[in-house]
Amino acid sequence: MKKKFKILIDGKELSVKHGQTILEVASNNGIYIPTLCNYVNLEPQASCRVCSVKVNGRPMTACTTTVRPKMEIENDTKEMNELRKIIIETMFITGNHFCPSCEKSGNCELQALAYRLKMDVPQFSYSFSNKDIDASNPKLMIDHNRCIKCKRCARGIKTDDGKDIFAFKNRGKKIMISIDNELAKNISDEKAQEAMDICPVGAILKKERGFIDPIGTRKYDNKPIGSDIEKLMEVRS
Amino acid sequence: MEKTVNNIITHHANDKKRLMDMLLNIQEQFNYIPDDAIDILVEKLDLPKVHILETISFYHFLTLKYTGKYTIYLNDSVSAYMNGRKEVAKAFEEEIGIKFNSVTNDGLIGLFDTSCIGMSDQEPSALINNKVFTNLSPEKVKEIVKNMKDGKDINNLMKANLGDGKNSHKLIHSMVNNNIHIKKAILSDDYIPGSALLKIIEQERMEVVNEIENAELRGRGGAGFPTDLKWKFTAKTPEGKRYIFCNADEGEPGTFKDRVILTEKPELIFEGMAICGYAIDSDEGILYLRHEYKYLKKYLENILDKMRKRNLLGKNILGQDGFNFDIRIQLGGGAYVCGEETALLESTEGNRGEPRYKPPFPAVKGYLDRPTVINNVETLCSVVKILNKGNYWFKKMGTEESRGTKLLSISGDCEKLGIYEVEWGITITEMLHMAGASNVQAVQIGGPSGNCISQDEFENQIRYSDLGTGGSIVIIGNKRDLLKDIVLNYTNFFIEESCGSCVPCRNLIVIYRNTLQKIINGKGVQADLDNMLEWEKVMKMNRCGLGQTSFHPIVTTLKNFPKLYESKILEDSDIISTFDINSAIKEYCNATGRKPNIEE
Repeated sequence: MKKKFKILIDGKELSVKHGQTILEVASNNGIYIPTLCNYVNLEPQASCRVCSVKVNGRPMTACTTTVRPKMEIENDTKEMNELRKIIIETMFITGNHFCPSCEKSGNCELQALAYRLKMDVPQFSYSFSNKDIDASNPKLMIDHNRCIKCKRCARGIKTDDGKDIFAFKNRGKKIMISIDNELAKNISDEKAQEAMDICPVGAILKKERGFIDPIGTRKYDNKPIGSDIEKLMEVRS
Repeated sequence: MEKTVNNIITHHANDKKRLMDMLLNIQEQFNYIPDDAIDILVEKLDLPKVHILETISFYHFLTLKYTGKYTIYLNDSVSAYMNGRKEVAKAFEEEIGIKFNSVTNDGLIGLFDTSCIGMSDQEPSALINNKVFTNLSPEKVKEIVKNMKDGKDINNLMKANLGDGKNSHKLIHSMVNNNIHIKKAILSDDYIPGSALLKIIEQERMEVVNEIENAELRGRGGAGFPTDLKWKFTAKTPEGKRYIFCNADEGEPGTFKDRVILTEKPELIFEGMAICGYAIDSDEGILYLRHEYKYLKKYLENILDKMRKRNLLGKNILGQDGFNFDIRIQLGGGAYVCGEETALLESTEGNRGEPRYKPPFPAVKGYLDRPTVINNVETLCSVVKILNKGNYWFKKMGTEESRGTKLLSISGDCEKLGIYEVEWGITITEMLHMAGASNVQAVQIGGPSGNCISQDEFENQIRYSDLGTGGSIVIIGNKRDLLKDIVLNYTNFFIEESCGSCVPCRNLIVIYRNTLQKIINGKGVQADLDNMLEWEKVMKMNRCGLGQTSFHPIVTTLKNFPKLYESKILEDSDIISTFDINSAIKEYCNATGRKPNIEE
């Protein structure tokens, strides 16, 4: 058995084992570290940078950094949350995120993070171009206006024989998700639902399903994102 | 077409990890990558189509649209603009009759922008069908375009002499000039290829590493990591395949020193790789050559052949049983970020050049997940010289914490542009004197990702703990508009070259640029300056060195030339540039006796 050692997250001492990431350790102990591009059972991508914490003064992504002895981690601090809020805001202004008209509202992680981090009015001016909605696929609708390029779809959704359906196209600010429509048109209804669920925003929607869950009953309608993790701590203490 | 594409695939042994080479070959054949060719790749390599499109669309020199029989890429770096790029660009547009980023209707000529091509000492320059055309002027453009319309061979588009040194070698045959002003340890003429290899095969592997350690050699790419440590980390990994990469993807605007070493001292680089191979027990090296230097590829491959014939590469090198090492050249596709070592590995594996997160470091998990050493061109050259002449000789040069020499690529507003190999520790004033620069407003140390310094720092030294640099030096004269001519250009460069994965690097740098533009337009306010300093913390949260430094052009000038910014912002303006919801509803809450439900 691996030897345990101690680390500090926001002053709280945790007993941990080698090989775990900061994010895993925190979640297991009821500490919420905001994430966005991370998704259960997927290789971390570490591209949204929202889960950044300060490790002995240096910013590191919690989803990829494994714990080591003598780590002192700053997570839920005013500074880190302010910086995370800036990141979230830049996502809001570089896409057309009009929540009231979006099917994902209430189930959207970007929206939920904005509420949790108390983004009231974006300090940046809107700067997005109009992008086409791709509705050519019989099962899925792709709205590039809402995509935040987390690549969760590309990492998590494959054909039954393991082929990639989604990937990136271009680079820099022109980056976007491309979809292999030939492969995508034959996916099962379950897979289409999975694709919609894996998307943190409303960029991938399953067709003929709209607004099945009434607004008010959705995931983040009544409790902030992260409360399921924090609940763990309340139960224990 | 089918036959050509199939041949290309077979030539690379149907190996999907050689996708970059296949795509580059297809591009070279057709001047674009036809959709049918992609379908063949999908079928033969069993790769998803979206993956191949992901790779193609990432690289500047891989295209899905036809780029013309003659494809012109005109450099748009700062150095080009300083030397009349605007007029040259206009002349191209007028003579050809098209705008940039388009192709003539008859498909004859395509005209495109490109980031720094490593010719900052002979700008404006362009790549036309991968051949370099330097010192362009509107008159020369006229001649070039006329000759294109007459269907002339690429070699006869412009009357020009061949460049100095090996540039006139028949396998290079280029008008590029070396412009070497000072030679020291690396560029000196006393080097005999193979001399260091002869010495080390008498030694134990660790003795070689120890010699490098004793010489206190640090990486020359800019970060300054101790070379021996990099080697040791890799050598320590469990036995098995290990790789050695030479990073010849110098893309930092204003740098061109690797180009000169590749032209004049390629044996030094290859010998350095072989020595590293001996030291860490690796038998395979890859030199990643930036696409802009494709014109050197045949020449370099010929040098490799010669070294194989002399048994300086290949099996049982110099008769030493079991010392096997060979090198191949991997061409890039046009992406600055691939100079980042893990992006370089991704690119070599046929992927988009997106930097990996670290750890794991390449020393443990690098190319094809195997332990990998990645060294800068200049670092490998220093290795050979250290082993040739001993660590004492090497340590006598430079300063306490920066041993040896450094090649500086000097361009901008000075008389003698070119390459200066100097000892670490030279002051900026000494350097400016050497280059014949006067009336200097600012000096860009280490390219846009480095530091733009004012006269206040001209007595400081070029060394790791003071003004560290990978070697790009751009001198900016008094008459330049620093913000508009330099800082804006550099910031746009980073926007163009970001891989786009990390959110701050993709989004926030654009906001930086827009804020700078606002300030240049005279509409900025004090809060803009404060914000730009504050956002630095967010930029430092990016994954790689590009994202962590792309704000440097703005923030280092904001710190070093504060008056320049302050003089441009609106004074006594009553613009409310921030919104605080608590203070906005305070009065209302007081009047109604309610508490705000938003925390202070």
